[in-house]
Amino acid sequence: MATSTTEIEADIHAHDDHHHGPEPGLMRWVKTTNHKDIGYLYLWFAFSMLLIGGAMAMVIRLELLMPGLQYVEPQFFNQMTTMHGLIMVFGAIMPAFVGLANIMIPPMIGGPDMALPRMNNWSFWILPFASIMLISTLFVDGGAPAGGWTMYPPLVLQTGAAFPMLIFAVHLLGISSIMGSINIIATIMNMRAPGMTYMKMPLFVWTWFITAYLLIATMPVLAGAVTMLLTDKYFATSFFSAAGGGDPVMFQHIFWFFGHPEVYILILPAFGIVSQIIPTFARKPLFGYSSMVYATASIAFLSFIVWAHHMFTVGLPVSAELFFMFATMLIAVPTGVKVFNWVSTMWKGSMTFETPMLFSIGFVIMFTIGGFSGLMLALTPVDFQYHDTYFVVAHFHYVLVPGAIFSVMAAAYYWLPKWTGHMYDEKLGKFHFWMSTIFVNVLFFPQHFVGLAGMPRRIPDYAVQFADFNAISSIGAFGFGLSQVLFAYIMIKAVRSGKKATDQVWDGAEGLEWTLSSPPPYHSFSTQPIVK
Amino acid sequence: MSNKTQPQRSMRSLLTKLFLFPIMMFGFGYLMVPLYDIFCDVTGLNGKTGAISEAKASQMVVNTEREIKIQFTSNINQNGSWEFRPAQSIMTVHPGKPYTTMFYARNKLNEAVTSQSIPSVTPNKAAAHFDKMECFCFTEQKFAALEEREMPVTFVVGTAVPEEVDTITLAYTLFTKE
Ligand code: HEM
Ligand SMILES: [Cu+2]
Repeated sequence: MATSTTEIEADIHAHDDHHHGPEPGLMRWVKTTNHKDIGYLYLWFAFSMLLIGGAMAMVIRLELLMPGLQYVEPQFFNQMTTMHGLIMVFGAIMPAFVGLANIMIPPMIGGPDMALPRMNNWSFWILPFASIMLISTLFVDGGAPAGGWTMYPPLVLQTGAAFPMLIFAVHLLGISSIMGSINIIATIMNMRAPGMTYMKMPLFVWTWFITAYLLIATMPVLAGAVTMLLTDKYFATSFFSAAGGGDPVMFQHIFWFFGHPEVYILILPAFGIVSQIIPTFARKPLFGYSSMVYATASIAFLSFIVWAHHMFTVGLPVSAELFFMFATMLIAVPTGVKVFNWVSTMWKGSMTFETPMLFSIGFVIMFTIGGFSGLMLALTPVDFQYHDTYFVVAHFHYVLVPGAIFSVMAAAYYWLPKWTGHMYDEKLGKFHFWMSTIFVNVLFFPQHFVGLAGMPRRIPDYAVQFADFNAISSIGAFGFGLSQVLFAYIMIKAVRSGKKATDQVWDGAEGLEWTLSSPPPYHSFSTQPIVK
Repeated sequence: MSNKTQPQRSMRSLLTKLFLFPIMMFGFGYLMVPLYDIFCDVTGLNGKTGAISEAKASQMVVNTEREIKIQFTSNINQNGSWEFRPAQSIMTVHPGKPYTTMFYARNKLNEAVTSQSIPSVTPNKAAAHFDKMECFCFTEQKFAALEEREMPVTFVVGTAVPEEVDTITLAYTLFTKE
């Protein structure tokens, strides 16, 4: 993986040979080293994964519509929950954020492109191969992985022919995001316009800067963990096999050492996005800019010392339970700082509620609900009741769906006019927001109740007392799924026939990206602006 | 090389660091394995027991004042067709004195099989004081088709075992080796 010096030189030179427009035809997309082209590829890829992962979620909710087994085999059900988790985390949310970083970071810091354009092409084109490998496991002997996205041994070792494919897909996805992160760090450190000091960078750039460090620190640890699984299964090592002197619980420690920072990888860029959008529509500068930066950094730091809150029930000693409980609750402090800053930004602002703002406000409220259930789960004694129930499912879906995914939609509405030069249909956008918000709550709120009542996660059938809440939840799921078809329609309609957008687009928007034309030139800032 | 400008050179050193860091972190993932074992050994977590030589065990001073109840249990891991149980399920011991007990195992399959048994001691705080001179768990045990036999464990409970410990459970899980 080490780049040779020649490749680095080639990358640096790629800026010099300006061919001013894109290459015509399909090859443009295969060979492109342009940050916006690559960013759009990432976004389309992420959206198609959202649909595939979403279809799997529909299968899950269909089976859970009623108690009893009706539509799918339990084994297939488990394949669906596993694949849904993997595809949404590694295929949808992460690539969507990387795509946004590619499109937005160079214009936001006043640079012409990413620092390593050729590597950028690679980091994207690895993704489709990885995901094809992952998805094709559905058709091999023994079916897709079914042991959960967390891949705990010994269960995951029972996976059939899909097993090595799963491991290599995870490796590839990891390599792709490590390369993407290296590129982002190099860009932020080297491509800023004169005068763009670190403490003047927009928050989206800051949160991505920190996320990229989290990625290069933790993705290799996941790669190590799955490599150990691979050698345990095929090369007679015993990292996680008790018979050979290993320990399956150790996998959980290694996995969550990656896994908890990973959940912040899935949310920090979202924090950045709403920190861009809320000031625009509140027509006030972001409240507490520097505290936002420090809060992000402390969240990132703390995320490394809380992993065992996923493992309260494995038999930790009391002192460890207490440590991880308090460390976890400590994260709520910087997170709270952020929420209060967003609210203070809106306070006494002259607010308007265009679609990106609606999604951002929805984010603030519903992410906070997820944060509160997280705090409940952080309490060791009660986590013994909540662990591995639908309460956990409700928690992480609140932070991931009306959290991370809403932020991506907010970003799409906010920046699409800049990217394409066309406005989306505001009425339809608002309608999409309200449909999504209503249905996402119908979908996930009842899961808190069934969870508290004791319904375990990852099961295809359940006791009849959970029937009503599950039926409501499934209806919410179908509605939410349908609403996203509307999202695709709105986006395509805007690109095709949306009315012309101005360069400024939003009258309250500030930042270098709005000084470019809509759509912006192929190389964002060919002459760097001077930031005062 | 010499015609490289300053920013290009600093870019290259940044990239070197950025690529080395994930490689280091990959190594760190593996480093967690020995760290985990050391942590468990030091704290006695996971109920890992220790081994001790005969000579060292015989130097211990027997504390006849104290009696500790030892419970023996056995489990069979999911795959495998075995009968496996302690010959004696409870015994009372004095700290510092060596004892021997037997575990009975029978291979119910009509083919040769190899087994490996893994011990675990509860409570955790007793684990560091529970040492074995001899154990069928030290090595793999081969069984001929339908063979049955008794296998010995010789152990000593250290005199420094915390006051409040009055019962120790020694559990074995028997795994079939592929
Ligand atoms: C205030 C902040 C948060 C706290 C205190 C918190 C706490 C927790 C705890 C204690 C668990 C383990 C529950 C169990 O398995 O028994 C958990 C699970 C989880 N959390 Fe959070 N969390 C927080 C924020 C987030 C965020 C921001 C995300 C992602 C964007 C997230 C994603 C997840 C996921 C995916 C799981 C479940 C993993 C699995 O077992 O499959 N959490 N959280
Ligand atoms: Cu966590």
